[in-house]
Amino acid sequence: MEPADISALWVTLRLAFITTLILLLLGTPLAWWLSQTQSRFKTVVETVVALPLVLPPTVLGFYLLIALAPGGIIGGMTTHGLAFSFTGLVIGSALYSLPFVVQPLQNAFRSINPLNLQAASTLRASPLDRFFSIVVPLSRPGFITAATLGFAHTVGEFGVVLMIGGNIPGETQVLSIAIYDHVEALEYTQAHWLSGGLLLFSFIILFLVYRQNNRWPHT
Amino acid sequence: MSGIAFCFERKQDGFQLNAEAVLPGIGVTALFGASGSGKTSLLRCIAGLDQAEKGQLTVNGECWQDSAKGLFVPPHQRALGYVFQEAALFPHLRVKANLEYGWRRTPGTQRKGNLNHICDILGIGELLQRYPNQLSGGEKQRVALGRALLNSPRLLLMDEPMAALDRPRKAEIMPYLERLHAEADIPILYVTHDLEELARIADHLALIEQGRILKQGPLAEMFASIDLPIARDENAGAIIQTRITRHDEEYHLTHLQFCGGEILVSRIERATGESLNIRIHARDVSLALQPPGESSILNVVPAVVTDILDQGAGRIMVRLDAGGTPLLARITHKSQSRLGLQTGATVYAQIKSVALSI
Repeated sequence: MEPADISALWVTLRLAFITTLILLLLGTPLAWWLSQTQSRFKTVVETVVALPLVLPPTVLGFYLLIALAPGGIIGGMTTHGLAFSFTGLVIGSALYSLPFVVQPLQNAFRSINPLNLQAASTLRASPLDRFFSIVVPLSRPGFITAATLGFAHTVGEFGVVLMIGGNIPGETQVLSIAIYDHVEALEYTQAHWLSGGLLLFSFIILFLVYRQNNRWPHT
Repeated sequence: MSGIAFCFERKQDGFQLNAEAVLPGIGVTALFGASGSGKTSLLRCIAGLDQAEKGQLTVNGECWQDSAKGLFVPPHQRALGYVFQEAALFPHLRVKANLEYGWRRTPGTQRKGNLNHICDILGIGELLQRYPNQLSGGEKQRVALGRALLNSPRLLLMDEPMAALDRPRKAEIMPYLERLHAEADIPILYVTHDLEELARIADHLALIEQGRILKQGPLAEMFASIDLPIARDENAGAIIQTRITRHDEEYHLTHLQFCGGEILVSRIERATGESLNIRIHARDVSLALQPPGESSILNVVPAVVTDILDQGAGRIMVRLDAGGTPLLARITHKSQSRLGLQTGATVYAQIKSVALSI
C-alpha cells in the first residue's frame, strides 16, 4: 500500500472509533429515553433519528456543509469553521450513523422485562444503579450490535465525507474516498486492495456480531 | 406506633383503589379477594412501585408516604422484600448473585440473617451456581423469596407467590413458607385468592373487594363468620385450636383435644402436648338431630346452632357452637327443612375429615 492509503486507513479508523465512542455516550441516554417515555415528542424524535437511513448522504452533507462553514450555525462558534476538518467529519459521521446505534439500543432496552427493574428497585437499587446493574448487562447484545454497526457504517461512509470533508490526505481523506480516487486515476490494483480489504473487514465484523448474539445465553 | 397503617386513593384504567386499614405490625396478614379486587394494586402501592395520587402509609412508625406533605419514599429506600407472582429473577446473574443483590446494597449495620442460613431455610444451597433459566418454577420462587429476605426487609410483601405453580410445586414450597412464618420477626403481607393456602400460613386476614378493605380480623374469627365472602368459598370452614393428648398406636390415630370435645385424626408425627390448629371444612360436616348409631364416622361433636344463612342455590351455611368453639357446616336446603333446623337447636356434628392448618 502507498503511504497515502495507509494514512487514509488511519484517518478512517480514528474517525470510526471516535464516532462510535461519541454515539455510545450520547445514543445510550437517548435510546433509553425513547424506550421508556410516553412523551408526545417521542415520535418526532424517533423520526429525526431515523432520517439518515432514508436521506441521500449528499442532502445531509449539503446541510452540514452550510452549518459547519465559518459563518454557519455550528462553524460560526469556531474561528475557521469546521468544514474540511477532522472535527467536522466526526460531527457529520455521528449524525449519519446515529440510527445505527440508537435503534439497536432502543430495541434492547424495550425488550427488558420491567419486572426486573421493579424487583431491583425493591432491592435497594437506585435508578442509576438499576441501569448499570440490570439494563446494561441485559442489553449486551444490543450494545455490541450498536457499536459494531456504528463503527462499520462510519467506515463505509462516502457521500457525507465527500460533501463536508473534501479530500485532504492525512486529515479528511478516508478509505472510501481513496478508492474513488484510485478508480478515477485508473489505478485498479490499489482500488482492488482497498475494496477487497473493506469487504473482508465488513464480513468479519458482521459475522462476529451475529455469532456473539446467537450465543447469548440468557434469552 | 406498631402496625401498617395506610389509606390509598388511586384511579387507574377504570379501576379504583380506595383502601384504608391498620394491619398488624407483626405476623402474616393475608390479603384475600377475587381476582381484580385490587389486592396486587394495594400491594404495589404499599411497596411504592405505584404511587397513589392520595395516600398515607406508615409502617411500624416509619412514614413512607404522605401525599398531603408531598412525601413519597421511593421503593429502593424502603427496605422492602417483595416477591412477585413470577419470580422476576435477574436472568444474567447466577442464583448466588441474585440472592446477594439486595444484601450488597444494604448498609452493614442494617443487615440481618446471612446467605448460609437463608439457603438452609429454603433448601437452595445446591443451586447457587446456576442461572435462573436452569431452575424449576418452585426453585425460582424459593430463590426469589431468599433474595427478598436477604434484603433485610422491614416489611415483606408477597404477591401470590404460588399462583404460577402447579400443585406439586406448591406442596414443595409450603413447608418453607410455614417455616418462614415461624421464624420471621417482621410483618408479612401475603396476597392470595386461595383459602387453603392462607389458612396454613396466615394469622390475620383482610378481605378486599372492589378496591376496598371489606373487613379484617384474626384468622380464626374471620373463618368462623358465615356472612363474609369467604364463607361462600368451596373451602370455607372453621379453624380450631387443639392440643395433642395422645397417640393411638393400634389404630394409627392421634387424639386432639379442644374446648368442644375430642377429635381423632390420622397419626400426626408431633409430640403429645403440642398445640395444633386444624381446619374443618364446612362441606365435611353433616348434621344429625340424634347421636348417630353405627357409623364409620369417628368424630361426632355435640353442638348448638347459633346462626343459619341461606347462600342460595339450595345451599345453607350453619354456624355451630361446640363448647365455645365455632364450627361451620354446609348442608342442603332440603336437609334443613327435613331436620326443621332452627337457631338454638342442639345437633350432632359429624366430621368426615380434618385438614391440618398452621
